[in-house]
Amino acid sequence: MTEEMLQVSVWKGDAKGAFVTYEVRRQENQTVLDLVTHIQRHIDPGLSYRFACRVGVCGSCAMTVNGKARWTCRSHVSNVVEDGRIEIRPLESLPIVKDLVVDMTDFFDKWAKAKGSFEPTCSRNDEIAAVSPSDKKRRLADAGIECIGCGVCYAACDVVRWKPDYLGPAAMNRAWTLVNDVRDGGNDERLRAVAGDDGCLSCHSQQGCVERCPQKLNPTMAIAGLKRETIKAALKGKL
Amino acid sequence: MIQNTVRSETWLWLAQRTSAVVLAVCIAVHLTTMIIAMQGGVSTAEIAGRISGNPMWLVFYGIFLMAVAIHAPIGMRTVLLESTSLSAKRVGLLTMLLGLFVFVLGVRTILGLYQMVPAS
Repeated sequence: MTEEMLQVSVWKGDAKGAFVTYEVRRQENQTVLDLVTHIQRHIDPGLSYRFACRVGVCGSCAMTVNGKARWTCRSHVSNVVEDGRIEIRPLESLPIVKDLVVDMTDFFDKWAKAKGSFEPTCSRNDEIAAVSPSDKKRRLADAGIECIGCGVCYAACDVVRWKPDYLGPAAMNRAWTLVNDVRDGGNDERLRAVAGDDGCLSCHSQQGCVERCPQKLNPTMAIAGLKRETIKAALKGKL
Repeated sequence: MIQNTVRSETWLWLAQRTSAVVLAVCIAVHLTTMIIAMQGGVSTAEIAGRISGNPMWLVFYGIFLMAVAIHAPIGMRTVLLESTSLSAKRVGLLTMLLGLFVFVLGVRTILGLYQMVPAS
């Protein structure tokens, strides 16, 4: 039986780098992360990339695979290979540190800019807030809460590419989960943070984020929710 | 200043969405009228006969024009801000001029047709 070999082109260097092609043996149930790990361990020890959990929980291994942003640990080669070839680049819209590693600073700073942290209204001495799982707001928050912060939606967003200051889908998805958290008291400030030109009103609803989110979340819906709440706040004179 | 920008951006957004709703209705009425009027060809006299001296059409086209003059410049502003490196100030000025231009042309057209004496 002849061994099937894959041609794996991997980005090497910084923004001015280039692709280097490696041959990797095709194996059953192989993931894209397996390919990168094989190259780093057996062919090119100098290759830089990020990963941690390998099971789709930590959100650190996202890369651009054959032109699309993906979590590489749970992307099977069989689902992405085209004519025996795979091209692996770092994520779009984030500065390249080296090879497949991008600088995620902007991405996470925008979570803070979108007021993505919980603002408590009670202290530990108060009664625990009872929030029914069937509560409408609770369900809206639930829909967006499983974000793993991988940056795939951010890299897939055209508006991020056009407007470098745009907050992006992940940060606003986070803000929307907090807008629906009845225990949170930071909404006036949060809506002001997401209302501006770099916020929810600039979303074109093209849904690249929805298409690519590995957790099957819907940041476009979250942003549409923020648009509604922002407009309500503006009409009430709260912005 | 930052607060003001957030507020004005939000109002611009709301103005554009609201004018879009008005436009959807106006365009539907306008196109339907045109399709009916076009049966057997359209002429200046025929248009003037329908519109001139008719306050209902004057009000209708007045609303239509205002919706266009609000909607188009705000949309152009967004397109220019996203696709060019022009400053926000310059884009604001350019699109405000565009809005004024459209409005003046529109007023002239509507009043012209309203006051036109239909050929007997």
